[in-house]
Order: sequence, then C-alpha cells, then structure tokens
Amino acid sequence: MNLINIFVKAIFIENMIFAYFLGMCSYLAVSKTVKTAVGLGAAVIFVLGVTVPVNYLLENFVLKEGALAWLGASYAGIDLSFLSFIMFIAVVAAIVQLVEMVVEKFAPALYGALGIFLPLIAVNCSILGGALFMQERQYSNIAEATSFALGSGVGWFLAIVAIAAIREKIRYSHVPAPLRGLGITFIITGLMGIAFMAFMGIKI
Amino acid sequence: MSTEVGTMPEVKEASPLFGKKERLLITDPLNDNNPITVQVLGICSALAITVKMANALVMSISVLFVLVFGNMIISALRNTIPSRIRIIAQLVICAGLVTLVDIMLKAYVYDVSKQVGVYVGLIITNCIIMGRFEAFAMGNKVWPSALDGIGNTLGYAWILVVVAFFRELFGSGTLMGFRVIPESLYATSGGVYFNNNMMILPPMALVLVGIIIWIQRARNAKLIEQA
Repeated sequence: MNLINIFVKAIFIENMIFAYFLGMCSYLAVSKTVKTAVGLGAAVIFVLGVTVPVNYLLENFVLKEGALAWLGASYAGIDLSFLSFIMFIAVVAAIVQLVEMVVEKFAPALYGALGIFLPLIAVNCSILGGALFMQERQYSNIAEATSFALGSGVGWFLAIVAIAAIREKIRYSHVPAPLRGLGITFIITGLMGIAFMAFMGIKI
Repeated sequence: MSTEVGTMPEVKEASPLFGKKERLLITDPLNDNNPITVQVLGICSALAITVKMANALVMSISVLFVLVFGNMIISALRNTIPSRIRIIAQLVICAGLVTLVDIMLKAYVYDVSKQVGVYVGLIITNCIIMGRFEAFAMGNKVWPSALDGIGNTLGYAWILVVVAFFRELFGSGTLMGFRVIPESLYATSGGVYFNNNMMILPPMALVLVGIIIWIQRARNAKLIEQA
C-alpha cells in the first residue's frame, strides 16, 4: 500500500515539473510535437527507474555515515557523503552511456525511437534531482526508492506530453508576436502548475 | 583579475584585455543573448529558489563561482580532453566545484543552505554550466572564457533577482528579509492589506518569467520566434 502511495504522490503532488521545476530545459526544448515528447518522456521514465535504485544502493552501502560497516568494524565510522554529488552524476552519466549501448545492440527499433534523446538525459536535472531527493527523503528500502523514481518519471512524462499537445494546438491561435513560442509556453506551464496544485490538499 | 592574466601565456599584446569584443562577451548575455530568456538554459534553479531575494543572491554567487572557474579549467584543458568523453569530463569538473560550493555554504550560511537544498547540487546539471562549457569554453582561450562565465552569470542573476524581488515583495511583504510593507496595513492588525499568497507558489515564477520574456521581445523585435 505504501508503495502505491509513494508512486501516486510522486506523479501528482510532488510532480517534477510543476512542483520542483526539474528538467525544465529539455521540457521546453523538446515539447514542440507530441511524438518527440513521448519519446523523451519514455526515456526519462526508463533512466530514472534504473539510476535511482543504483544510487540508492550506492548511498546506503558506500556513501552514508556508517554505510561501510559491511567491510568490517574499522570502517563503520567513515562518512563519505561529501562525495555524493560526484558519485551520483558519474553513475548517471555512466548508466546513460551503458543503456544507450545496450539498447542499440539488442533493441534497434527502440534505439531508433529513443536514440537521440538518451545523451540529452545525462544532463537532465530531473535525473540527478531524483537521486538527490531520494537521498534527502531517506526512503527505507529499495522498493520505495524505485517506486518514487517510476512515479517521478511518469509525472514528467505526463507533463511533457500535455504541454506538447497544447503547443501543437496553440499554433493555430493568435498569440501576440513577442509572446509566441517560449513566452506563452512559460505562462501555460504556470497555469498547468496552478491546476496541479489542486492535488496538494489530498492526503494519501 | 590582473594577477590571473599574468599567468596566461596565450594573451598577446595584440588582443587587449578589455577590447570591444571582450566587452561584448559581458554585455551580450545581459540582454540580447540572455541565458534564461533567449538561450533557455538553467530554468530549473531560476524558478525554484526565487521565493526570497537572499536565496536568489546566494544561488547567483554559487553559479558565478562554478561557471567562471569551470569555464577557465575546461578552457585550459580543452586540447587534452578527448572529444568522445568530454561530457563526463565536464560533469566531473563541474561536480567537484559544486561540492566545494556546497561545503562552503553549509559552513558559512547554514540557514540559506538548508532552504536552497537540493538545488545547489543541481547546479551540476544546470544547463547554463554545461551549455557554456560545451559552446564556449571548449573552443576559446582562458581569459575570454572567464569573461563569458561572468557575463552569462550576470544575465542569469538579474532575471533571478527581478523575479525574486516581485515574489518576495508581494508574497511576504519583505525584501532581503526586511519588512517593506508596514505591519499596520495588514488586515490582521486592522488594515486592509493581504499578502498575495499565490506569489509564493511555484507556478507564479513561471508566469513572471513569461512576462519578462514578453517585455524583452516586445522591445527587441529580432528575438521574436517565427511560428
């Protein structure tokens, strides 16, 4: 039950885009058509679902204070948490590279669809943000961390597909020239964010 | 600055330290090539930490440090970094600098560091940093790269400060933590004024940046996107 709670909360209440603005850059840049938005969104779900559990293991068995206790009593007092930024980003970059190669080798069709988006994802804030939130919120086991990661990914997917669909339609509207493109996208995202605030009161 | 220049072998007499081109590196990102409103880089942090002016300033200073030194390091190493692994090399340099900033913030301004939270870590993936490393520092000498870092951070900072100014003034009635709208005007103490709580909510930051973009493009027709 708790897992479903974390999943739903990550999609709606703690939405990566509307509540924390993570991954805004690619959200604004790759949301011109629904097709590419679906591709990038799927890639984000996938990469979040892989990197957050790996970073969770890294955090709990290497970096946290006392995490090295499994090596022996003399290592129990070591606190490596100052290394967490470097380790997390290295893990993300390496896994993205690895995923790219594996997908290219074993699923060429999927690679064709996701291919160009995968390298972009290494520097997508939502991936590193997922790892840092996981660290900050102290999830009690790896299943909770994974469910949080998948929920965040799905929330991001929903947000980018929705804005892409709106942008496709708004091409036919008469937007004031200086507001066209980026400006109106910002304001629409703001309005969508206000709509998403409606979920905030929900206690689950 | 002059001490840094002395150590650089690349600067010759022919290229003045503050010639026209160098000045353009600083002034261009302030308006026509602004990292946030024109290049669309670094949006995440720009929106999330603008509830208070103090946070916005701390964030700008952190980005200044990381971007200027990162640009200089990348630019100095640009001929030795193999192009296939340059993204990882850039990320590691950036992560090292960000770790320094994070430790400094925790040591000297702990309250702000608590509020800015994960967003300091997210400077690593702040697209401004990677974007400037990739687009400028990989192809330019050390001194222009440092200037480019300063210029882009200033362009980023002014948007942050303007957004934070409006959000803090109308959202909490204070500026930099000092009360600007007097207590006696508030409805709780007999007046008629209410804080606009909407300003504190995250979506208003998006709308404010949208309005800044609108004003900027209305003044400079070159920037208008062709639909």
